[in-house]
Amino acid sequence: MSEIEKMLSDPMVLRELVMDHYQYPHNHKLTRSDLYRSVHMASESCIDDITVESRIENGVIEDIQFEGEACTISTSSTSIMTDLLIGKTVEEAKEIIRNYFDMVDGKEYDPELLQEALVMRNVHKQANRIKCATIGWNAMKQMIEESEASHE
Amino acid sequence: MIDVEKIRQDFPMFSSHPSLVYFDNGATTFKPRCVIDAVTEFYVSGTSNVHRGDYPIAIEADRHYDESRKTIAKFLNCEPKEVVFTAGATASMNQIAYGFAHNFLKAGDVILTTEAEHASNLLPWYRLEHEYGIKVEYIPVDRQGVCHIEDVEKAIHPSVKAIAIAHVTNVLGSVQPVKEIAELAHKHGIYVVVDGAQSVPHRPTDVKDLDVDFLAFSSHKMCGPGGVGILYGKYELLQQMDPMMLGGGMNARFQSCGDMQLKNAPEKFEAGTPNIEGVIGVGAAAGYLMSIGMEEIHAYEKELRRYFADKMKQLDNIEFYNPDNETGPVTFNGKGVFAQDGAGYLATKDIAVRSGNHCAKILHEVIGTDQTIRASLYFYNTKEEVDRFVEAAKEISVENAISFLF
Repeated sequence: MSEIEKMLSDPMVLRELVMDHYQYPHNHKLTRSDLYRSVHMASESCIDDITVESRIENGVIEDIQFEGEACTISTSSTSIMTDLLIGKTVEEAKEIIRNYFDMVDGKEYDPELLQEALVMRNVHKQANRIKCATIGWNAMKQMIEESEASHE
Repeated sequence: MIDVEKIRQDFPMFSSHPSLVYFDNGATTFKPRCVIDAVTEFYVSGTSNVHRGDYPIAIEADRHYDESRKTIAKFLNCEPKEVVFTAGATASMNQIAYGFAHNFLKAGDVILTTEAEHASNLLPWYRLEHEYGIKVEYIPVDRQGVCHIEDVEKAIHPSVKAIAIAHVTNVLGSVQPVKEIAELAHKHGIYVVVDGAQSVPHRPTDVKDLDVDFLAFSSHKMCGPGGVGILYGKYELLQQMDPMMLGGGMNARFQSCGDMQLKNAPEKFEAGTPNIEGVIGVGAAAGYLMSIGMEEIHAYEKELRRYFADKMKQLDNIEFYNPDNETGPVTFNGKGVFAQDGAGYLATKDIAVRSGNHCAKILHEVIGTDQTIRASLYFYNTKEEVDRFVEAAKEISVENAISFLF
């Protein structure tokens, strides 16, 4: 049994994982530096209000930070996203993001790419929470697109 | 006291969802069979436009439309010509604000309101601030969201020309002393605009007794169809007010040079083909509410809320923001639990509530929190539903809120 399969088969481990990312979110300090792109996600739903920053250099995601007032699902899914994408190339990140959205939409996806983000695989059970599970991911997707557009 | 079990049989939503506890009545309400029938009858056998038809079905549509206006007039204790049908409370408020900017106020004049208002009783006034130099000032409210008459008196000064306030606020259900405010305001020549969206469905509303100048509310929050609202205005004020929308049905004649002569109120405010089936439906809804009795509805909801509040007060895991208000929603959070997580947990127990800032984005300065869960009752809710709700509320925690993921 792989590490991921073990994780997914144990609800206690999953619960601890989400709780940990919610109570002690990773990469949770905005730099407000000019070296970073920044997206404020507040308009989509009036309830979650988060800002995500990223520094993309030479096709590599060097850093991601976020802050905001948000629910468990938004906070933990964004925290997991930062862990997963920091250090990846833009191309790798795009592939991971695409797979994540496919998972959330209930489509086919590659579990190996998603690692801890697999914890959100049942989020569609509450359709109104899909927005929460994708808010940080959408912010990152948007910044990658902006970054690519600026290099064209 | 009303027979709630009998009343529930009037609402098909209960048989469609036998296990659902619906406590989101501040957002919208279920419709009784008589309202559904009135709307479908228009589609099945009564479809035609209003405004001077020459054939029997059209004449009948006109008659039903006018009957509805009379029913609403009776419901509010006013004249039918003082009842304007709009697209909703929001449309009513925007028309009122437009009229104030064009006909009643000038740059430098002040509108008083409170920080507990819904967006639809603030943003239209903010626009007057930006576009016409009319100022918005706030009457303070206490931690339960109540505005006291002494504070209204203190807030009044010579530039104040209007007070715009909800009779019952939508987040905390605070009841504002609208009658006293109107009496005080009128001594100073100040107009009074009341947002009745959360009051008219739940308590008797006598506009003559309250002596307010304008009142706005929505059909769908009082068992009626969506997309219909009411704008009540004192007739002489409606006559002085310009309509926000121009078009068919509201003009008497016009010429190619641009001259136009408008009809009198209320028709001049109802440009275009109105939501005829909706208007017929809200007439049926008002008739239904009157057949139960607004006094009875109010008394029942007060008792139910007291029962609910007493139980919620005992829960250690719950932060309860408005325990002492006698009507309106029960507004709370699970301690340390984000509002949407709490509401999501209740949803897993088949309980419908609303989380968020409830369109009252500046209220947090008063109650110290942005996001709350709002459980709002109506006269068809029961103590058994409250019991089920309280049992579920006991279990609200961050751990339980994420359970659906696993």
